[in-house]
Amino acid sequence: MKTITIDPVTRLEGHGKISIFLNDQGNVENAYIQIPELRGFEKFCEGRRAEDMPIITPRICGVCPVAHHFASTKALDAAFGVEPTETAKKLRELMYMGYYIYDHTLHFYFLGAPDFVVGPDAPPAERNIFGVLKKVGIDVGREVIKHRAYGQKITEIIGGKATHPTCGIPGGISKGLSEEERSQIESMAQSSIEFAKFTLNIFNDIVLGNKKYVDMITSDTYKLNTYNMGLVDKNNKVNLYDGVIRVTDQEGDEYDRFTAPDYLDHISETVEQWTYSKFTYLKKIGWKGLIDGPSSGVYRVGPLGRLNASVGMATTLANTEYQRMMKTLGGTPVQSTLAFHWARLIELIYASEHALELVKDPKITGRDLRNPIGEPEEGVGVVEAARGILIHHYKLDKDALVKKANLIVATTNNYADICISVRDAAKGLIKDGVVDDEILNKIEMSFRAYDPCFGCSTHYLPGLAPMTLEIYNSARRLVKTIDRS
Amino acid sequence: MKKLKFGFYWAASCGGCEIAVLDVDEKILEVMKIADIVFWPVAMDIKYKDVQAMQDGYIDVCFFNGGIRNSEQEHLAILLRQKAKIMVAFGACAQLGGVPGLANESNAAEIFECVYDSSPSTVNTNNIRPETEIQVPEGHLELPTFFNFVKPLDRVVAVDYYLPGCPPPPKLIFAAIEAIAAGKLPQRGSILSPNLAVCDECPRKKEEKKIKEIERIINFTPEPEKCLLEQGLICMGPATRGGCDAKCLAANMPCTGCGGPCPEADEQGAAMISALSTVLSIADEKNESYDSEKVIDQLKDPLGTFYKYSLPASIINRRVKK
Repeated sequence: MKTITIDPVTRLEGHGKISIFLNDQGNVENAYIQIPELRGFEKFCEGRRAEDMPIITPRICGVCPVAHHFASTKALDAAFGVEPTETAKKLRELMYMGYYIYDHTLHFYFLGAPDFVVGPDAPPAERNIFGVLKKVGIDVGREVIKHRAYGQKITEIIGGKATHPTCGIPGGISKGLSEEERSQIESMAQSSIEFAKFTLNIFNDIVLGNKKYVDMITSDTYKLNTYNMGLVDKNNKVNLYDGVIRVTDQEGDEYDRFTAPDYLDHISETVEQWTYSKFTYLKKIGWKGLIDGPSSGVYRVGPLGRLNASVGMATTLANTEYQRMMKTLGGTPVQSTLAFHWARLIELIYASEHALELVKDPKITGRDLRNPIGEPEEGVGVVEAARGILIHHYKLDKDALVKKANLIVATTNNYADICISVRDAAKGLIKDGVVDDEILNKIEMSFRAYDPCFGCSTHYLPGLAPMTLEIYNSARRLVKTIDRS
Repeated sequence: MKKLKFGFYWAASCGGCEIAVLDVDEKILEVMKIADIVFWPVAMDIKYKDVQAMQDGYIDVCFFNGGIRNSEQEHLAILLRQKAKIMVAFGACAQLGGVPGLANESNAAEIFECVYDSSPSTVNTNNIRPETEIQVPEGHLELPTFFNFVKPLDRVVAVDYYLPGCPPPPKLIFAAIEAIAAGKLPQRGSILSPNLAVCDECPRKKEEKKIKEIERIINFTPEPEKCLLEQGLICMGPATRGGCDAKCLAANMPCTGCGGPCPEADEQGAAMISALSTVLSIADEKNESYDSEKVIDQLKDPLGTFYKYSLPASIINRRVKK
């Protein structure tokens, strides 16, 4: 049996590694994505002061610190039995929209766009942000930099610091918004809407306007028949900051519905020897291994999971685009992994529109920032991180110190899906031992679409990583090396 | 002028340092003018093999973020040290171990037990643990060794400069790059941040007031514009190096110490204990109304509070298991 090691990272990045095993006919027997790192946050959260949790847990992931900051703050709201004031809730949500503007812009232009804008068969040396800038022009590049920075700036104004903000406290927020800051954010949100529309146009022209790409998106190689999970509002529309967790099945019908405190009745995790990350699954269906379909508890989260688990978006432009995507790709659920990119841009426009709604709300500059807390007990906080459902669960002692912490992070929810997607893409693309750079990149695209930030548990940003593919014969002697640069 | 060669690498960190590099915003275009980035796993396709093939000292400056938590990170630290003329410990984790360094209160077995067993959502009846060598039906797989403790970068390789912060403030990153480009780096071993404490940058008013109670932010709303420490909140400002413009304080929240020890202090926790004893009117101990036991009892989780970012670099360093 041959082994192909697609090693984006072995020691190079150190945060992920793919091994593909071929049988004697040169076809794919199995594939493994290993997560080689662990930091053990759950353990060292024990004994910490409750108020330190929104400071400590964002260090799980510096790409999405705002998600951890508010999952944590919401877990503390619940643990102290307090609701944030109306103004505080709106400010948190406004900051959350800033985070989405920054994060989705980052992913599309830095990770996703190189494959589509520069091209999946372009030389690897050009398949990066610099290649994108070359193709779209430096003026567009400046817009990208500007709007990514706007997202960060919104977080900094409300949260103190953009990376690792500090404002979240149980029952509220530490700082109010001045009228000057408010109008600054308003013009940034306005500009972000135009930028999101512009980005969707790029996607329309370059991706949807190209039959080759559309065929690729809709091909079986990139399909996965799983459940989908996301937070929804009372109308079953996507909500990123708050709501009910909704699970839809392979037909797009509601399979399950629950609130944060009940998560343990619905989600479980399993452990494998060959990776440091755990795998989540729907508890009632159970863990059947790395397979999809209705009898497997594997579900998808993140932009596509959210759109599939909902019936639309709560803002006008985004909802129009949602309906167009569902219509173009054959209706809910859209199970093509590459549709994650489109879903992400629909959320970019939603986040910009919703930021504008929030910043125009008269309550946003209110001075009622905190409610008094109750006794320290137990609480669960859930938000939609950019990459999917994020759950923080704390038990506090009488001194408001953490007795026990449990964290289910966004990419862990997608880890099984990513493994299946890569294995299936490899099976579909590698035939009779034939592997070349284009095949390799197309395999890579199947997991890049998830924007998997194993930083959630390990911080791994594949797609930005280099790739070497080594083919060994059955005597484990290296017979061929393909590298992408 | 010949362009410089930069390398960026991340070990046991969160990726926030990488984002901080991007947060220089438009100035990233200026950086591109003076330097070629020859290694940056987060943004470019360059392979491990290529790094190994580089001549020693090929990279002018390597910005290394993250502490050393496993064997793979240690390997990379040693390799990059060899390939780089200047090694910069970038951010609190590389400099001091950072927040993940709080894990030094436990060892690997305890962490595994917590993550893979006692987690309430985890079902693991067969006590499965990740292994460094694994035989799967189709072949052999390996994982790096998870060490018992986190080490700061300079416990593994020689470090030339330190860029503090969690993450380093973008303006300090850009200032460091400008100094490198101009050949104006200070003496080796320097910390590339102003010689200030956070208090020196904090606009809040100090009244040299003594406190009798320690407060917690969860049930105390501080007055604006007044020193938080003098209102009873544990603010790490006096023990922490500035350069951050005291941004957390501007958000009405105390400093948590991400800048590491303030100038002239090696031990951030010790420096804070010293600052605290001044403000806690320990001198008034003879005063009968002062109850030192009570005040000490109000000080919760001193280790996590005083050493949130610096435990692996501190005198305490880690818990010793007998």
